[in-house]
Amino acid sequence: MSRAVEESNRAMLRARDAMDRAYAEPLDIPALARIAHVSEAHFIRTFRATFGETPHRYLQRRRVERAMALLVETDRDVTDICYAVGFGSLGTFSRTFRQIVGQSPSDFRRQRVAPANVPSCFTKAWTRPSSFG
Amino acid sequence: MTMNAISRSQIYVLDQDAALDFYVNKLGMEVNTDQDLGFMRWLTVNLPGDPEREILLEKPGPPALDPATAEQVRELLTKGALGGYLFMTTDDARKTHEDLVAKGVEITDEPTERPYGIDFGIRDPFGNRIRIGQMFPRA
Repeated sequence: MSRAVEESNRAMLRARDAMDRAYAEPLDIPALARIAHVSEAHFIRTFRATFGETPHRYLQRRRVERAMALLVETDRDVTDICYAVGFGSLGTFSRTFRQIVGQSPSDFRRQRVAPANVPSCFTKAWTRPSSFG
Repeated sequence: MTMNAISRSQIYVLDQDAALDFYVNKLGMEVNTDQDLGFMRWLTVNLPGDPEREILLEKPGPPALDPATAEQVRELLTKGALGGYLFMTTDDARKTHEDLVAKGVEITDEPTERPYGIDFGIRDPFGNRIRIGQMFPRA
């Protein structure tokens, strides 16, 4: 039984790593379920049980986190950043960003202080806004 | 009293033979010590030319850990939450990245130029995180 859990964990981690690595690509549930070698329904359920939120939510927040970093670290315009992190439309990006961060991308850019130079893996892990605080 | 070096670090692995294959054959490390102590297999590796800094590849299990705790450790490790983290440096991050991709190593973070250097992330077969960086000279 426990070995099955380990294999499942590892498969879910592979899919989550793919989201961290290839967030800007059109990753959808079928693509991610293929990485984990499970059916789509099983993937969504198991991912949530393993990491505490759905894969869709994880990917959305990964993209928003990357957008937050680009807003702080670069002068690229908001539309450019929206597509660069994997959103398909500016409307979806702005709505999702506001819902997760609580302010618009432009307001966020004005107020935010750039973080120290820690490795980007830590930035990704610790500044990604999550559903669980 | 002055401590002068970090000489050994430890990470958990699920299978020491698989760990050897990964750390030696894929990452190019060397076996430092591989000895059956009876109560455990003491397995350490180091980077070539740097035998003073070893990493212990320890298998979680009894009697060091009770079976239930060992199971918990294994579960956390496989979901990437155990915390064991290795940072290594390289002369050429992009070349090292290419080599590791060719060997089928899982890349978690593509090479990125940052103010401190160029670095990327990989995962070992068990869930441990490894970061490999080509660091710029410190200002």
